[in-house]
Amino acid sequence: MSLTTAPPRKPSLLRTITSSLNLTLGLFIIVVFFGGALISLVWTPFDVASLDIPNKLKAPGLPHLMGTDHFGRDVFSMILVGARTSIAVAVVAVGIGMGLGVPLGLAAAVRPGSFMDELIMRGNDLVFAFPALLIAIMITAVFGPGAVNAILAIGIFNIPVFARLSRGAALSLWTRDFVLSARVAGKGAVRISYEHILPNILNLLIVQGTIQFSLGILAEAGLSYVGLGAQPPIPSWGRMLAESQTMISFAPHLALFPGLAIVFTVLGLNLMGDGLRDILDPKIRRER
Amino acid sequence: MKFTSKLAFAASALALSVSAAWADSGEISVGMALEPPHLDPTSAAAGAIDQVLYANVFQGLTRFASDGSIIPGLAESWTISDDGLTYVFQLRHGVKFHDGTDFDASHVVFSLDRARAEDSTNAQKALFADIASVKTGDHYSVIVTLSKPNGSLLFNLAWGDAVIVSPESIDTIKEKPIGTGPFRFVEWVKGDRIELERTPDYSWGDQVALDKVTFRFISDPTAAFAAVMSEDVDVFPVFPAPENLAQFDADPRFQVLVGSTEGETILSTNNKLPPLDDVRVRKAIAHAIDRKAIIDGAMFGFGTPIGTHFAPHNPAYLDLTGNSAYDPEMSKSLLAEAGLADGFTTTLKLPPPSYARRGGEIIAAQLREVGINVEISNLEWAQWLEQVFRGKDFGLTIVSHTEPMDIGIYARPDYYFQYDNPEFQALITELNAEAKADKRTELLHKAQTMISEDYVNGYLFQLAATGVANAKLQGLWVNAPTQATDLTGVSWAE
Repeated sequence: MSLTTAPPRKPSLLRTITSSLNLTLGLFIIVVFFGGALISLVWTPFDVASLDIPNKLKAPGLPHLMGTDHFGRDVFSMILVGARTSIAVAVVAVGIGMGLGVPLGLAAAVRPGSFMDELIMRGNDLVFAFPALLIAIMITAVFGPGAVNAILAIGIFNIPVFARLSRGAALSLWTRDFVLSARVAGKGAVRISYEHILPNILNLLIVQGTIQFSLGILAEAGLSYVGLGAQPPIPSWGRMLAESQTMISFAPHLALFPGLAIVFTVLGLNLMGDGLRDILDPKIRRER
Repeated sequence: MKFTSKLAFAASALALSVSAAWADSGEISVGMALEPPHLDPTSAAAGAIDQVLYANVFQGLTRFASDGSIIPGLAESWTISDDGLTYVFQLRHGVKFHDGTDFDASHVVFSLDRARAEDSTNAQKALFADIASVKTGDHYSVIVTLSKPNGSLLFNLAWGDAVIVSPESIDTIKEKPIGTGPFRFVEWVKGDRIELERTPDYSWGDQVALDKVTFRFISDPTAAFAAVMSEDVDVFPVFPAPENLAQFDADPRFQVLVGSTEGETILSTNNKLPPLDDVRVRKAIAHAIDRKAIIDGAMFGFGTPIGTHFAPHNPAYLDLTGNSAYDPEMSKSLLAEAGLADGFTTTLKLPPPSYARRGGEIIAAQLREVGINVEISNLEWAQWLEQVFRGKDFGLTIVSHTEPMDIGIYARPDYYFQYDNPEFQALITELNAEAKADKRTELLHKAQTMISEDYVNGYLFQLAATGVANAKLQGLWVNAPTQATDLTGVSWAE
């Protein structure tokens, strides 16, 4: 029996990542998904804008890996380009949510209970009280359907999520000693929020961002499904699903592939979010 | 004791099931995609009203037969004066409204005067424009005097907008329609169904075989498919998803009825909006369109190509599709000639039906090939009526004009596509005054050619009447000469 212990080895980043099955699986799916979207920028097997009606409703096979739709367009190419649409909408929407929500939350946390805090948080409650889809329908009803308005709608419902999260996390930080010393050193509220609070809640934001990203993709699919998202001819998974509905009995591949794409992407993002939380969340990290 | 009561119960249960099966044979459930806004066919353009009530609940002086010909309705016979200005209608005797009121000449005078009155809300007032006066002759005859000869009066009076209503029940007609037809109104559960039943003591026309009719409103194509498959509805006269018809056709439980309609499906073009006000640009659009691809892609092969605004099954139809044959190279050179070699951008606003939504995507792709960039926006019907039909705020749109013989809309410069050609307007005036058949045909040929060569709109295809029904149903209309679901001749085969 030897009592000597090896010096504790700092786990490498790669090991940390691979130690979490969730994260590995999630990352793998997301890399495939983003990769497909990136490739579609420069190349797709077939042009998704040109129709080939004599070759409509072909079953999956060669040369159409996932078959063709009712206009003879290649479903695989449409899935790739649809991924791009989904990512673009979700990224910008999460960006809007973070960009506006986080500063609002941080500002509200400076003086809890103050007029500004109440104003910001009750405003957030108001937005939060509306179902996301309802906000989206409202915006598109006023400004017309389209990808830009879908982005706006999904972005707006992301604001209160981030505002609440950052306010809650910031509140507990404001009582900590390092913040107190910063105040003593004469730093203002804005500077403290930016230099001391924000870096400490960044991990939470990243995890939440991943989750919101998956919700954004779902929301985009939902909006396109009811016809309020990206307009034709831009391919979108939600609209592909909606269009496949009446043909599901004789061309099930039209519903299957966009459905699977949505399921796997959302699953991948959620797994990744879980895995990231395992690594980044200090509470869980300490328990290990 | 116990045994006998059990036996009695079994016997009564048997009797019940037998009577249920017997009653079933006289019932029919009809599926419809659109629900009527109200039930007065004489004060709205909505085709759904006629699809429920025409010939079933309401009757006119004349009516459309299933082949589109005009046959007597409430008027048994008529005579026309030599100058073509005076029509004397002899009415059927013994006709009663569903509320028990006896039908006579005063009802005809009331109905026609109401339809053509200054403050009338009739959607087709033009039908009655040439009527100078309507007077009762005796109890059962009506004298209609025209201000100028109108060869299509009998045709006009057959429309659903010209049915006979009664002053006793006119105030509640929108909720509780009272007509003279073989079926009478029972109940309207909004958002779900309208029920009709056979008019008891109906003796003034052919007897009907059905006892009870339920119109069910199913707007979602997927739900419509499920309703027919599960035999919840017995007939869907205008089935909303053409892609499912092949499947019904292969199923021995169903019959697919493919006929003609009066629906000219056109790429309506805003003739006042630059650069679409240039005939060369409109011609370029017409030559960029491949009709076959649209019919195959959007309608799964159902539809007849048209080259002008006229129904191909009409004897006066001219096949002018050659004027706008698919020729993208010609399109490009026409655009170059018009100074638009680099193409241009315009809007394409699409109402909900699949012919428009799918057709729109195909047309957008075809126009892109010749350099015309169209921005598609999908609109709901209310928005479409507001923006396109009333607001005239559009470049292109796709819609099916389902009124019979509606080439006259091109003589109305304020109509939404805004075609303003005095020569054409004079032609239609001449046509309306003409009663001789061969001369009318000649004028109709001229009119068709004129709008075809002016490329007013892109003429796509004649909408097919694609219905699906239980294989045991007989007597359904195959063609749709007017918007109607005439159930008077329908019965279940044994």
